[in-house]
Amino acid sequence: MLDLQGLIKTYKTGDRAVNNVSLSVPKGQIVGLIGPSGAGKSSLIRCINRLVEPTAGRITLGGTELTGLAPRALRRQRRRIGMIFQEYALVERLTVMENVLSGRLGYVSFWQSFTRRFPPADIARAYALLDRVGLSDHADKRADALSGGQRQRVGIARALAQDPELLLVDEPTASLDPKTSRQIMRLLTEICAERDLPAIVNIHDVALARQFLPRIVGLRAGQVVFDGSPADLTDAALTRIYGDEDWDAMRRAEADDQAEAREALATQDAMAMA
Amino acid sequence: MRYATTWKRPPQIIKNRRLAVALQVGFAIWFIAALATLDLDWVRMTEGWSRAVRFAQGFLSPDFTSRWRDISRGLEESLTMTLTSTVVGVAISIPIGIGAARNIAPRAVHAVCRSIIAVSRAVQEIIIAIFFVAMFGFGPFAGFLTLTFATIGFIAKLLADDIEDLDEAQVEAVRATGAGWMQVINYAVQPQVMPRLIGLSVYRLDINFRESSVIGIVGAGGIGATLNTAIDRYEYDSAGAILLIIIVIVMIAEYGSSYLRKFLQ
Repeated sequence: MLDLQGLIKTYKTGDRAVNNVSLSVPKGQIVGLIGPSGAGKSSLIRCINRLVEPTAGRITLGGTELTGLAPRALRRQRRRIGMIFQEYALVERLTVMENVLSGRLGYVSFWQSFTRRFPPADIARAYALLDRVGLSDHADKRADALSGGQRQRVGIARALAQDPELLLVDEPTASLDPKTSRQIMRLLTEICAERDLPAIVNIHDVALARQFLPRIVGLRAGQVVFDGSPADLTDAALTRIYGDEDWDAMRRAEADDQAEAREALATQDAMAMA
Repeated sequence: MRYATTWKRPPQIIKNRRLAVALQVGFAIWFIAALATLDLDWVRMTEGWSRAVRFAQGFLSPDFTSRWRDISRGLEESLTMTLTSTVVGVAISIPIGIGAARNIAPRAVHAVCRSIIAVSRAVQEIIIAIFFVAMFGFGPFAGFLTLTFATIGFIAKLLADDIEDLDEAQVEAVRATGAGWMQVINYAVQPQVMPRLIGLSVYRLDINFRESSVIGIVGAGGIGATLNTAIDRYEYDSAGAILLIIIVIVMIAEYGSSYLRKFLQ
């Protein structure tokens, strides 16, 4: 589905953020991209929809080569790629509905979007998506009136409104608490499964990646140094990605963290029952 | 280990102490020399004082009625000039402001728009007014052009600066959906800068009214022209009335615009 070949990104400063990455993601697979800060995770996924212009290499999505496209053709291809951001990146002063409908901007004319007269099918789809992410009552609220978890759900709905063939997800849980993070990850994986969508998820939290993502790619200094299942992600592999650390201690903390999240969920359920 | 018991604040701006002292002494000498060339003339001072007293008397007994026709016409001209120049000026400023924002405009467009802004800001209103009066004759049309020109420099610059520090993540997110340039402006830029643009426009309306009373003095119409005529005719009571009216309107505009801006934030 998605195929990266020899992808290189060198910034003007001379930093080589992505160094010869080749990766392919089949339909329906979710890939977690882990690695220390500055390993090039963000640059890598931004190269795919060319928010960052790759220096060399080839990117193909479902047979269409994305590298070297002219601006107009690039915009058409961007419609096929939904993106979900850290810190949500919603347009704060627009309503939730406008934020979701902005996923349709690549499909409608400027005038239609300017007057907010979207095709009926787009509006119906937006309502359906808001319902899917559990926000059907919030359509007319301004985005900045929502909580963090709710905002990220709007972000997901916006990406899905594009009817994408690929999701790029940049640190979806970076500013969320452990419990909300798990809810968002669960929603993401469910949605990808429902639609047989491939996705690349940049993620800081190794515990979350292990828990939710079937395939994990480790990036260090712009290069792929690990590619396997969570079970393969041994201490040796973690050291290869992040350098030396006491992984045992980290794993105990993870276990605590997860137990805590489960407990919180259980308490909430109990409260909901009562 | 004994620690020092005294501490002096290290010099922050000019590190070299000798240079700092030299600059201070130089500045003092310059100031005294400049004061000496001002040519204080006590005779003219006392004459001016007696005129000031007459003016104050006129001010204390303002005469609204005998020149009311002139005053109301001047006011009408001023208010017309203010409103039209603000609306037209803001309308022209928006594309220039967008073009002058480095983060969304191409380099060449950015350079052109920034130069337009620089020219508009470099020349003071009164000088522009003198030019326009020379070109188009006396009256409010010259005033309208002057204020429009000044509005462009003001609004376009502040709008461009505001666009330059908007939240890039929101712009990136809208761009990632496959939106075109105009759609990105409409969906990601406009919502972020709109409250400030409205606030600035209202503030500019307020400034334009004040300016309209100043540029009238060089012939660009409005209440300033009426004020100038009244002073030329030594009709200090009418001039006092005009000044009072200007002060009241400026105060209303000031409070109104600050209230509106607070409401918008």
